[in-house]
Amino acid sequence: MANFSKSDVPQFSVDVYQNEYLPEGGHEVNAIVTVTATGGGTVGSAVTAPHLYSAGQGPSAAVAIMVDCSGSMDYPPEKMRNARDATAAAIDTLRDGVHFAVIGGTHVAKEVYPGGGRLAVADAATRGQAKQALRRLGAGGGTAIGTWLRLADRLLSSADVSIRHGILLTDGRNEHESPQALKAALDDCAGRFTCDARGVGTDWEVKEVTGIASALLGTADIVADPAALTTDFTQMMETAMGKEVADVALRLWTPVGTTVRFVKQVAPSVEDLTERRTGAGPRAGDYPTGSWGDESRDYHVCVQVPPAGLGQEMLAARVSLVVPQPDGTAQNLGAQGLVRAVWTDDMAASTSINPQVAHYTGQAELARAIQQGLDLRKAGDIDGATAKLGRAVQLAGASGNADTAKLLAKVVDVVDAATGTVRLKAKVAEADEMTLETRSTKTVRVKK
Amino acid sequence: MSQMPQQATVSQCPSCAEPLESGDRFCGACGYDLSAVPAPQPDRPTIAMSGSALQPPAGSAAWPHAAEPGSHDTPPAVHLPTDLPGTDSGGGGLPAQPPAVPAPPTVPPTPPAPPVPSAPPAPPAPSAPPVPPVPPAPPTAWASGAGRPVTAAPGVRFDRSPEPEEFPLQAPDPRVVTETADGGSAEEPKVCVACRAGRVDTDGYCENCGHAQPRERDHMEQESGPVAAVSDRGLRHHRNEDAFAVGHTALPDGSPVSLAIVCDGVSSATRPDDASQAAARTASESLRAALDRGTHPQQAMHDAIVAASRAVDSLAAEPATAREHAPHQNAPACTIVGAVVASGLLVVGWVGDSRAYWVPADRGAPAARLTEDDSWAAQMVAAGLMNAAEAYADERAHAITGWLGADAYELEPHTASFKPDRPGVVLVCTDGLWNYAETAEQMAGVLPPDADARPLHSAQVLVGHALDGGGHDNVTVAVVPFPAPAQGAGSA
Repeated sequence: MANFSKSDVPQFSVDVYQNEYLPEGGHEVNAIVTVTATGGGTVGSAVTAPHLYSAGQGPSAAVAIMVDCSGSMDYPPEKMRNARDATAAAIDTLRDGVHFAVIGGTHVAKEVYPGGGRLAVADAATRGQAKQALRRLGAGGGTAIGTWLRLADRLLSSADVSIRHGILLTDGRNEHESPQALKAALDDCAGRFTCDARGVGTDWEVKEVTGIASALLGTADIVADPAALTTDFTQMMETAMGKEVADVALRLWTPVGTTVRFVKQVAPSVEDLTERRTGAGPRAGDYPTGSWGDESRDYHVCVQVPPAGLGQEMLAARVSLVVPQPDGTAQNLGAQGLVRAVWTDDMAASTSINPQVAHYTGQAELARAIQQGLDLRKAGDIDGATAKLGRAVQLAGASGNADTAKLLAKVVDVVDAATGTVRLKAKVAEADEMTLETRSTKTVRVKK
Repeated sequence: MSQMPQQATVSQCPSCAEPLESGDRFCGACGYDLSAVPAPQPDRPTIAMSGSALQPPAGSAAWPHAAEPGSHDTPPAVHLPTDLPGTDSGGGGLPAQPPAVPAPPTVPPTPPAPPVPSAPPAPPAPSAPPVPPVPPAPPTAWASGAGRPVTAAPGVRFDRSPEPEEFPLQAPDPRVVTETADGGSAEEPKVCVACRAGRVDTDGYCENCGHAQPRERDHMEQESGPVAAVSDRGLRHHRNEDAFAVGHTALPDGSPVSLAIVCDGVSSATRPDDASQAAARTASESLRAALDRGTHPQQAMHDAIVAASRAVDSLAAEPATAREHAPHQNAPACTIVGAVVASGLLVVGWVGDSRAYWVPADRGAPAARLTEDDSWAAQMVAAGLMNAAEAYADERAHAITGWLGADAYELEPHTASFKPDRPGVVLVCTDGLWNYAETAEQMAGVLPPDADARPLHSAQVLVGHALDGGGHDNVTVAVVPFPAPAQGAGSA
């Protein structure tokens, strides 16, 4: 494994933002934990990191690109062509030495390149061969995403690397296997590699794509216009190449008698991690965060503590970062943050809400309001949808989430953003609605 | 200070010097409005802790008799250091030296007395209007404030050049950790005091139940020679922002000196606990150094407060302050009160609302408060804008108007000297204590009778009184017996 004591591996830092003061009898402690990794390589750097590995262990990363080759990709034919071009661009973005494979996905998964259950090692020759192989990609067949993921997992695990990543492109619903089969595949793959998922066009199911990205700790997005695929694939690959540490887990220690209400990633997007806890010794649990490059993410931690007397202070949670090892131990990344609880009779202190907590509570509500509003709209509940989406407009405006506000304005006519007064648009482009739904969990950070 | 109504404390009209009857509201001769408080005089009088009006000073032949009071409720005249056949710290004669500033060298024959401690302390709390010194009290021996020519200070002189005596600046650490005290000490085995099950991690929290462990400052007790102090976090605050320093040393001539400094961090400011700690430590070090050099105690007290102020100011510049609370935060700040007992002299100095009280050993004699709060209520009363009841009922009553810290716009250290004519103890405390025993009488009522013999026990009792009352604030008190007993062997 990587030796994290080396200097140019990212240094992790943990900052806790909270109002630690509770009123008499108060028992809920909220904190925003900002985790920042800095000092590693830069994103997209074309330099391998040989110091991480002893000689002969090979490069650091392996990437599998899964391209939907179902029949619908030919309607319109630009979709298949753009997918081919985008995949080629992503291959060009691979840095030398990275293991990679291209998988064509239909109701079964096929190795497009290099084949034979192996991974290729990126260099000028293999990149050329891979792009040649892409020409053979043709549309025809169904969609069974679970099989694609299982093949990607097999291929990625064949290499001894520390970063394993997948890029998945689909244009349709997962019609040729049961939802349970996909779920089972995701459960098997979770923690073994990370995966970004993209939906191209408007015939795919938002919840399927976001569900894949969520389970595999990657990003989800819509590429409504196939022509935009190349840019998006290049960016995704650059981000993947910037990852330096995989399988980082947020370890939360809580004292006896406390309950973890929830642990959510809240920036750059909302991702509830509460149910994904794995035990890590007495009173501690690990929440997966995937792989990290130079980046910063925020987590909202909420714990319930047994009330103590006025003037008492307790540690409500200790947050640290670890990389679980195969042998059951964990490598501690050094940084830690303390979430405290202090009981006071100073009402001014105990009633104030930490601005970060307030902001991200609002962002989480925004994501929820959008999802509920769109669900109600699909169900034909116009009043309910109007209320929810109105609230979403209000929250997006108040928190400065301009991107989400713009997306909302394509679905509703905003009468007054401050009060959340909106009317549902009679006619909404499907792409706009899907974009809003896919990106509903995107958050903005607190205005500093 | 005096708790009496304003007009009763004045024996003659401040305007025309016409003798007044008690209870007069206006001067019978010139019509001067006696309820209007004249402008506070900048200097504080040196006042004696004489007996009550009906009690001539007790026995000691060394002390002059107080002038007879002018009327039944007029306080007796003050004693001045110059009233005494002066002795230096070694007991030798002093060169005759009139007080430099600004006072007439003798006590006026009739007593236009300062409103001082002989007056029975006041009605019930929370009244306690700190009355500013009234103007006709002339015999100010030592002014407070800067610019006083110290060497000319009368009464006590330390003529001998400082000898390189080998008493340590820090008294050998006699910190006592009482087993019964609610706070443990950091030195105890690291087992959680809350659940008794978990170990304590390096951050000071239990690894089992998460409870913060008592920090060293949560409960502190210290004895230094005859002086003792106790400080407690109280029951409502999560940390102790009070700090104290006590010490005893010897003047260059070998006569004993006791000192105590008590500071109360301003909670609304950043790092109040660091502020009080820095102020207490710096002030006591400054005091010791100055006393060693033979500086007059009152000047030494003044300088010590200034030094403490600088120490607190410098905290504001430290990166830790900026780190803890980014922009709109107050600079670290604290109050200070200190007492020095040396050569028959009792010197107090303060800034803020921490107080010093005098409680004579003979409880028949009245106790007195020796300090006047730098607080909103005290100012209102002093300015005559409100009466005590109104002022102390206001929610702003306890807002302090003076403190040590970089954002204190003008530092005005108050100092005062007293020559008590009888033994007793000085209590130096924060508002966490005096909120539960506001008047000098109440304070004396709580103080055990053997306070001078058992200062640590007395301090514990006083802190216990505040905790029993609710312990809403940090509680700190130092007990300084007067006069300072002769040094025991080996402690100096």
